[in-house]
Amino acid sequence: MSVRFCGLELAHRVINGSGTFDAIAARAAFGAELEAQFPFAAYVSKTITLQPRAGNPPPRLWEAPGGLINSIGLPNKGLDAYLAEDLPRLAGFRCCPPADVDRAVAVPLITNVMGSSASEFAALIEACAPRDEIAAIELNVSCPNVRTGLDIGADPRGLEQVLRQLRPLTRKPLIVKLTPNTADVAACAEAAGAGGADAVSLINTLRALALARGDAGGPGTAWLGGGTGGLSGAAVRAVALAQVAAVAGRVALPVIGMGGIETAAHARDMLDAGAALVAVGTASFRDPRAATHIARGLSPVTARAM
Amino acid sequence: VSAAPFARRLLTVTGMDELGAYRVLRVADADAPEPQPGQFAMLAAAERWGGGQDERPYLPRAFSIARREAGESYYLLEDVGPGTRRLCELRAGEQVWTLGPLGRGFGAPRDGRRAILAGGGAGIAPLAILQDALAAEATVLLGFRDGARAQGARLLRDARVATDDGSVGHLGQVTELLVAELERDPHALVYACGPAPMLEAVRAICAERSLPAQLALEAPMACGFGACFGCAVAKRGGGYLRVCVDGPVIDADQLDHVDPYAGAPP
Repeated sequence: MSVRFCGLELAHRVINGSGTFDAIAARAAFGAELEAQFPFAAYVSKTITLQPRAGNPPPRLWEAPGGLINSIGLPNKGLDAYLAEDLPRLAGFRCCPPADVDRAVAVPLITNVMGSSASEFAALIEACAPRDEIAAIELNVSCPNVRTGLDIGADPRGLEQVLRQLRPLTRKPLIVKLTPNTADVAACAEAAGAGGADAVSLINTLRALALARGDAGGPGTAWLGGGTGGLSGAAVRAVALAQVAAVAGRVALPVIGMGGIETAAHARDMLDAGAALVAVGTASFRDPRAATHIARGLSPVTARAM
Repeated sequence: VSAAPFARRLLTVTGMDELGAYRVLRVADADAPEPQPGQFAMLAAAERWGGGQDERPYLPRAFSIARREAGESYYLLEDVGPGTRRLCELRAGEQVWTLGPLGRGFGAPRDGRRAILAGGGAGIAPLAILQDALAAEATVLLGFRDGARAQGARLLRDARVATDDGSVGHLGQVTELLVAELERDPHALVYACGPAPMLEAVRAICAERSLPAQLALEAPMACGFGACFGCAVAKRGGGYLRVCVDGPVIDADQLDHVDPYAGAPP
């Protein structure tokens, strides 16, 4: 009853979006129950960078109509500390196929990395490649290229060139997390595939601005410490569905579809649009077991019993 | 501290009591682990969570557990936005999603120090359950904007009150009462929760006197369990703490200052 994705065995079709679930912090809050009933069939790490990052100054959140604008700024402890400290602590999570709860499957780890140049990405991938704990690598290409200032993932030619340099560095599956903040996301997906990606995931958050006025009124100014942020949640669902359909219609690569999925019906729409897996992000903030409920609703066996 | 159940729980509202400008939400919660004073829960009304002003609320809201008594959890509410407005409408028999207890609470007094509880506005909530738990009688100092809010002091026992408008108790700030207490007997541990400027004043007062202080912070948070990284506050020496998992109770000496966004409504 399990699912295959890029050679990985998964308990079901629902995983997490990068940066929306901290499995180590969640285990501290929820204990062994989380370990035995992990909601996601694969666990995608927060974005890891070569050097540690503190993240953006607060405030970092703004509740938008039907959604959330965040400007977190990719805080992480850096590659070396991630490999040394976090990898051992990310072992031991088990996820159950919805219709076969006695057959828990180990949860594969997908490490998400971001560099601001091809050489930074290369260093990240070379360090992850020999680690057996890492089942696949997801590339966050929503970062501005230090040389051009353009998001690496927003420029198809540049993206293909970067992938061509990275592809030979590992046999692990490479998943490209596409940015939605581009004119033609399907062209970027095509470029990722031409460069050697094994899969693409989308959508990342949509660039968004929250303005706030002080108590005295006056002109609105950016509320978030980082200036602009990224919009997620129900508000982006229809946009995500269109982008996933456009990408799945253009490339043969497996697609991980995400953006505002809160129920099994939303996930079903995403699968119908061509996604092989779906990812849940903001819905987990509202309900840490949202992914489990969605996976049960997707399963023909358990959905009947719900 | 025991782990929180790994699921949000649909609980039944048992009462909504008026407390001056505040409301006390009571929820049947007999099966939950005993909270540590200072821990919190994420709450969302089961019905009509969303569809308010600006189509909000969307995310659950974090509230200190103000008391646990006779199988009920108490939360102190003030209508300050679409989330608290919706929660204030709840009536007995309606249902509320609850995730928790979450976070790190207050630590017990050490070295024979007496406990001083300093609260401001809606930030008095975690001090009530702390007062219930403390072995020795604590000094309780509470500050409010006005008389209607000052009625919130009834959530605790034997509180001395300050109000900004002088309508109840001392005319002025609760931190003035705190300074006077510390001058009378400085061998104390200060527990504080309230608006960010008050918490910053408490931090500075205690730092000047080399006194320990435990500050219960607040920050907008999407999840409550370390997932979103939204509730960051600057820590001493650079970098940030997550209020939800590193706090909400933070030792004051971990901070150079209290972030202006890290407090309760005044």
